[in-house]
Amino acid sequence: MANAVEEAGPARSLTMADGTPLKVALARATRRSKIRAFLLVAPLLFFILITFIFPIVDMLLRSVDNPEVNDAIPATVVELEKWDGESYPPDSVLSVFLEEIGDRSEEQRRNTGRMGARLNYEDGGFRSLINKSQRAAPKILESPMQFALIGLDEAWEDKDTWSALDGLAEQPDFADILPKTAALLQKWETGNSPFAEKTPGAEVYTEIFQEIAAAAQDGRIGALTAVIGRAHADVADLVQRTADSAGDIAEHPLKYALIGVDKEWGEVETWKTIQLVSSPVTFSYYLNAVDRTYDADGNIVMQPEWKQIYVQLFLKTIYVSIGVTIACLILAYPISYLLATLPPSKGNLLLILVLLPFWTSLLVRTTSWIVLLQTQGVINDTLVFLGIIADDNRIEMIYNMTGTIIAMTHILLPFMVLPMYSVMKTISPSYMRAARSLGANPLVAFVRVYMPQTIPGIGAGSILVFILAIGYYITPALVGGQDGQLISNFIAYHMQKSLNWGLAAALGTILLAGVLAMYWLYDRLVGIDNMKLG
Amino acid sequence: MAIPSYAGPLERIWYYLYRFICAAIFFFLIVPIIVIIPLSFNAEPYFTFTPEMLRLEPEAFSLRWYADIVNNEQWLHSIKNSFIVGIASTLVATTLGTLAALGLSRAELPAKSLLMGILISPMIVPLIITAAAMFFFYSAPFGTDYALAQTYTGVILAHAALGTPFVVITVTATLVGFDKNLIRASNSMGADMPTTFFKVIMPLILPGVISGALFAFVTSFDEVVVVLFMAGFEQRTIPRQMWAGIREQISPTILAVATLLIIVSTMLLATIEILRRRNERMRGVTY
Repeated sequence: MANAVEEAGPARSLTMADGTPLKVALARATRRSKIRAFLLVAPLLFFILITFIFPIVDMLLRSVDNPEVNDAIPATVVELEKWDGESYPPDSVLSVFLEEIGDRSEEQRRNTGRMGARLNYEDGGFRSLINKSQRAAPKILESPMQFALIGLDEAWEDKDTWSALDGLAEQPDFADILPKTAALLQKWETGNSPFAEKTPGAEVYTEIFQEIAAAAQDGRIGALTAVIGRAHADVADLVQRTADSAGDIAEHPLKYALIGVDKEWGEVETWKTIQLVSSPVTFSYYLNAVDRTYDADGNIVMQPEWKQIYVQLFLKTIYVSIGVTIACLILAYPISYLLATLPPSKGNLLLILVLLPFWTSLLVRTTSWIVLLQTQGVINDTLVFLGIIADDNRIEMIYNMTGTIIAMTHILLPFMVLPMYSVMKTISPSYMRAARSLGANPLVAFVRVYMPQTIPGIGAGSILVFILAIGYYITPALVGGQDGQLISNFIAYHMQKSLNWGLAAALGTILLAGVLAMYWLYDRLVGIDNMKLG
Repeated sequence: MAIPSYAGPLERIWYYLYRFICAAIFFFLIVPIIVIIPLSFNAEPYFTFTPEMLRLEPEAFSLRWYADIVNNEQWLHSIKNSFIVGIASTLVATTLGTLAALGLSRAELPAKSLLMGILISPMIVPLIITAAAMFFFYSAPFGTDYALAQTYTGVILAHAALGTPFVVITVTATLVGFDKNLIRASNSMGADMPTTFFKVIMPLILPGVISGALFAFVTSFDEVVVVLFMAGFEQRTIPRQMWAGIREQISPTILAVATLLIIVSTMLLATIEILRRRNERMRGVTY
């Protein structure tokens, strides 16, 4: 490097005592001081990245994270990928599915439960559907015919059907065509005892199906229905229908068995939904957060009317925040002006009236508003005492939107006053005097000369109050009642009560994006470095 | 802004009207805080002034709600917790925050605005999001079983993270008027880094560090959302206990606690004001 410099120009470059060129030494020193400055920041940076940034990013990822179906039925998901998505999934898929959800290990049961909860967000009936199927799965795999016959027709589950068949078991015509079934039925303990089983065991279903199928093949089914039809026309009809579908059932026993567990399994849509939710990444929480959802074909559609709450809620949160910001602006402007124009001794004294609320605990201030505003509270008592309102006609000022707005305005007012005050303090009174001496009346002088100079303060205070208001949780939760709840309260609700964490994360991400956008604006207008506290 | 002698009658009316409006706004700001104090001495379990109180009869006042705090295991425990968590998190936040502010005030620091953005982000992100995120993370940090949720360590770390931005901002602001030649002078006279730091830098920035520390302390002392999500019953702080009190069984004990907290905040405010003035004096700034 040193040679390079020497060759570049005829003049000898300056060097340090040890012979290194000055330029190199300077670069080295600058780099060293950069590193030293960074080392001072590094511990906090590391701390904030670990304890704060990482958790936030981790939570935001939950809004698209979709592991539940994949965790519970990974092999089924692989099988479903080969499925055409139009016809009913083949029995090979169903047997994999049943084996997976039928596993009784604790881990599998937990995963299956989570999958049920996840699918439930898409369609209300899924949780119970999955639970029922989980219990039935081992039995279906062992002998599917019981569920399959019930899936074909619920009459196979009726006590009447079986008592009718049981009554016929003695008859030679019946026993001739269905010999094994008749033998089993004769052993079956029926009767009117309350402990007697409603329907016979699974093996009877298996036998009767095979024998009906055989009868249907060799043409004796007409004779059988005739025998049964003499006493029980409806059962004969049932047997006939079973015989008609015997081929299809024999081919797809698991499909009919699942339908026997719940009719929902008969719909191709059910499988489409599972396939849709099986992707490891989902946008459905975000769609949910803006009142939209996927239909079974994967198209984005509006939620049913009664589920459309979040867009409304975001708008309400924005309106309330704007309302609170405007209220703070109107209240802060006159007193900031007064504080800035009074002589410092008086001004500082009055400033305490702003700073004391600022330093007082949020919960203390919220409690005070409950004490003041409740129906048996100080303000209502005073109004009754003064005869302004009747005792039985007290005003509802808390546990509703009014209470939220009043309390939030009070709590956020200092955040508006302080930046405005610091801007107004720097405005020289000479401008106003000059305007007056040039003939402006006081109003014109104030509006055209003073107010434009306060715009930075208005901007800084308004954005700060708006940012704080839009993420407010405590005050609405305590004094908001039913209609005073804002977006933060719903995030808390989904975190703690409904446990729909993906939706909570999606709502949170949208809120955070809004706040960061406002913050960016604040940084452009005011600069973080100029942020003043207290 | 006294009323000028040349003011017309309209201007005079406006002047007094304006004064009245300002008085009303100050009234709105301060009354909710003042009103709680006499009510905390109410002898009856009501949240309003009884006729006896208004007639100033001595029997209408009592210290029973204060006695309630002292006799209540839960309140005492929460007061102790608030101080443990508050002080520990303030120590962490102040140490890390002051070091970082020293680094941030150096002109050579690369990517300064990005770093500043990251470091003060705990102040910007809405608390509910912070609380939810910390709940997930501290329950199983990096997928391990070493759960920090429902432990003192977890709550202290969370509150320290929330408090650092205030330390960074106040100390950085103090360092704006700091004369770098003092460090060079100290170095040239043979002082090593630690000596320079403790003998030269620290005494000058101490007001800023203390007010930053007070901000961090108040942040922790007043924080309830993260505690709601993350802390167990064992780590209940004063705000958490008040939250439960307001939501479940509201009793005037809360007003007594609130009065005590108002006294604490008045003291903090006084300290901050004294420090601010001292700092301005030392920097030679006069308003």
